[in-house]
Amino acid sequence: MMGSENPGFEEAHLFASREEMESLVLDDPLTTHHPNNNNNNSYSSFRSANSSISESTRHPLSPPVLSNPADSDPLLSPPVYRNPNASDNNSYIEPPSYADVIFSPFDDNSANEINRIDSTSKDPDSSLSLSRSSSSSSDYIKITVSNPKKEQETANSLVPGGNTYYTYLITTRTNIPDFGSSEFSVRRRFRDVVTLSDRLAEAYRGFFIPPRPDKNVVESQVMQKQEFVEQRRVALEKYLRRLAEHPIIRLSDELKVFLQVEGRLPLSLSTDVASRMLDGAVKLPKQLFGESTAVVAPHEVVQPAKGGRDLLRLFKELRQSVANDWGGSKPPVVEEDKVFMEKKERIHDLEQQISNASQQAEALVKAQQDMGETMGELGLAFIKLTKFENEEAMYNSQRVRAADMKCLATAAVKASRFYRELNAQTVKHLDTLHEYLGIMLAVHGAFADRTSALLTVQTLLSELSTLHSRAEKLEAASSKIFGGDKSRNHKIEELKETIRVTEDSKNVAIREYERIKENNRCELERLDKERRVDFLNMLKGFVVNQVGYAEKISDVWTKVAEETSGYARDS
Amino acid sequence: MEQQRSVSGLSQSPRSPSSQPYLSVSVTDPVKLGNGVQAYISYRVITKTNFPDYQGPEKIVIRRYSDFIWLRDRLFDKYKGIFIPPLPEKSAVEKFRFSAEFIEMRRQALDVFVNRIASHNLLQQSEDLRTFLQADEETMERLRSYETGIFKKKPADLMQIFKDVQSKVSDVVLGKEKPVEESNPEYEKLKHYVFELENHLAEAQKHAYRLVKRHRELGQSLSDFGKAAKLLGACEGQALGKAFSDLGAKSEALSIKLQKEAHQLLMSFEEPLKDYVRAVQSIKATIGERANAFRQQCELAETMKLKEINLDKLMLTRSDRVGEAEHEYKELKAASEEATRRFETIVRQMNEEIVRFQEQKTQDMGIAFHEFAKGQARLANNVADAWRSLLPKLEACSSA
Repeated sequence: MMGSENPGFEEAHLFASREEMESLVLDDPLTTHHPNNNNNNSYSSFRSANSSISESTRHPLSPPVLSNPADSDPLLSPPVYRNPNASDNNSYIEPPSYADVIFSPFDDNSANEINRIDSTSKDPDSSLSLSRSSSSSSDYIKITVSNPKKEQETANSLVPGGNTYYTYLITTRTNIPDFGSSEFSVRRRFRDVVTLSDRLAEAYRGFFIPPRPDKNVVESQVMQKQEFVEQRRVALEKYLRRLAEHPIIRLSDELKVFLQVEGRLPLSLSTDVASRMLDGAVKLPKQLFGESTAVVAPHEVVQPAKGGRDLLRLFKELRQSVANDWGGSKPPVVEEDKVFMEKKERIHDLEQQISNASQQAEALVKAQQDMGETMGELGLAFIKLTKFENEEAMYNSQRVRAADMKCLATAAVKASRFYRELNAQTVKHLDTLHEYLGIMLAVHGAFADRTSALLTVQTLLSELSTLHSRAEKLEAASSKIFGGDKSRNHKIEELKETIRVTEDSKNVAIREYERIKENNRCELERLDKERRVDFLNMLKGFVVNQVGYAEKISDVWTKVAEETSGYARDS
Repeated sequence: MEQQRSVSGLSQSPRSPSSQPYLSVSVTDPVKLGNGVQAYISYRVITKTNFPDYQGPEKIVIRRYSDFIWLRDRLFDKYKGIFIPPLPEKSAVEKFRFSAEFIEMRRQALDVFVNRIASHNLLQQSEDLRTFLQADEETMERLRSYETGIFKKKPADLMQIFKDVQSKVSDVVLGKEKPVEESNPEYEKLKHYVFELENHLAEAQKHAYRLVKRHRELGQSLSDFGKAAKLLGACEGQALGKAFSDLGAKSEALSIKLQKEAHQLLMSFEEPLKDYVRAVQSIKATIGERANAFRQQCELAETMKLKEINLDKLMLTRSDRVGEAEHEYKELKAASEEATRRFETIVRQMNEEIVRFQEQKTQDMGIAFHEFAKGQARLANNVADAWRSLLPKLEACSSA
């Protein structure tokens, strides 16, 4: 696999061949390699690869000579894109040539490494693109998902005859000391990924946790198993790389265990569906008939109410939320943070605009694609005409015409290739928009965490006030009886105990709520900062790309215009 | 298409340049006339000439599309063997008929049509051309309506007298099914070339038309993308927001350039290709005429031989119908010679025409290719310039 193992070779090979490619005579465009066939697979998140790797040390395509300051700002120096041997930083103007695209094998490693030759190269020396993390920019975690294997379910499967499932090899390379090792791999199945995702959701409430890939059911008519497995592999890799990008989550125990420890991931109690259902089924009758006082224990309060175990708590919180929405009185604690409310509005608005832009970007890509295709077809039609006229020529004027046609046809085919390359790059850049739609999902999740934590607090406060008034009533009633009312006093004691526990729970819930609020705030800050960088890089990459290819296309046609200038009209 | 409008040299006797004969026409100023279903477009046809039979240095008449068809049909009938310049098609789709683009394309094509006739050394001498360029509108309308009537009344046409008779006789004599064709290998090659050429050209023209559409679509998507970028910019605010807004504005500006280029492409590249296809179809029509002429020549020759045999028989029997038969034979002989002459004229003219055609097409295509390349280069430069202008600002954003 032509991965990053052999950086020097790859780079030299590319630079040598780029010149060859540009002087290639198009004799038979029909057999020209079309790189865009591979595009659908190759644009996995180059962005995440970019940010998680130290470019200055591991950039296989950077020239052996480090860029000197004069080179690093190509806007100062004139465009030197005609020089294929220019240092990498001049590739700011020069988009990846056909050579780069055609000679990189299309596995994600190299594809991502190729991507770094373009404008979003995060070479720290370059003033062109920003690096995301201000600190610890030399840390990296590089995750690869590969080698899907079909395996048999070994012990007691519910379905007789055995279940088959797929496992994926997950390889990690890192220089972060916490991991204890610099390279390791583990085999995991999708179920483990779901577990990981659930555990992260529990442990990191309020954070923007990247959403995991869907559990789609394979429809055998729609998709071949192989296709599905490949899609899943790509999705898993994307997901894990996004997790590795997150400054907090990348250091989480959950992720560490997932990446390093072989064997089934242990489920924590609250996520184990089966045990939850069991607990819930046992508790509910007691709760309903008032035998147990259905107190929400402090340790439970740090998690949102879940189906199964916490049925009663769910009911109570639901009742509270209805009271919030429809009841006449204000809930005991409201979302007061105006700043937050504004931010939420803004995020919502932003999401809409990103979604819209993403759609239009897709349409733009399609239009560019179509342009390239039709241009190519036009070229081929003229090639055929050229051959025909030459074969049947009876007069010299025909031969002249055939030559003119060939000139045009060759240019059209070249332009067609440029359009297709342009498009492949455009897709990679504008994909950032699509990525951020995924991030918006994570934001929704984090906001939902906050809402549910607040609801828990509100519910507990309501409950406390109910309990207090009940206690008051009982005391009032009891004090009317001379000598005390033994059964009532007993009840009062029980109630006071319940109130104490509920107070504790309330305090824990409030702390949890505050914690989540703080997480939200930090994450929003991080989102804004990173988004600015990512979007700017996207814009730059897109623009540079457009300029580069437009210049190439212009050259092609200018030449034809010159060669046919003899026909120019005097007007 | 000013090439076609350039001065046509025609002099047979040496003259000073200022009095060199010229005939130059322009078709301009389309105006919609009439109402509803009967609405049509009229064009101003301006003739500038010093030809002896023509009125004044300049004459302006109003003509409509069916007048051009009349002219084409007359020329086609009179000048067999010549590749009559092609006319643009009638529009099939109703709502397209009055679109600005269609009207302009048609006007351009009609202009080219008339000028090609005016610069052809034989066609330019046609009486019908003079009528077309000079007659007043009522006369033109009469001619146009009674076109078929006048056609049939031509007295001097020997062929007319015998046309019906010949076909009956030849059917009996030669057998209906027997196709009579030239056995000329070079001509066969030419016919094959013409038919193949039409296919190739039609395909090229199809892709050219699609390319026009692609330009429009790309323009549209750039416009939409630009709007979306602007909205996103408004939402983001600050430097990034400005960057998005600028990008959006450039995108929208480029969209306009693309629409312009699409129009250029249509007029200067796709239309000439279509014109090329039509020209080849016109050649096919001439090939048909040649076949007819050949057939008639053969039939008349056969019939004449038979008449000759019959006449000899009559002479031997000293029939009193000899005189009549002799007369008929003489007429047939004249007709047969006429037919032979016509056929040979067609052959000769076609040979000249094909050379001229190839040369003309090389010119036409050369111009079309040049315009195409110029347009594409211009477009690409616009694109590069527009995007390039954003780079300093984007750079400033990053370092801010």
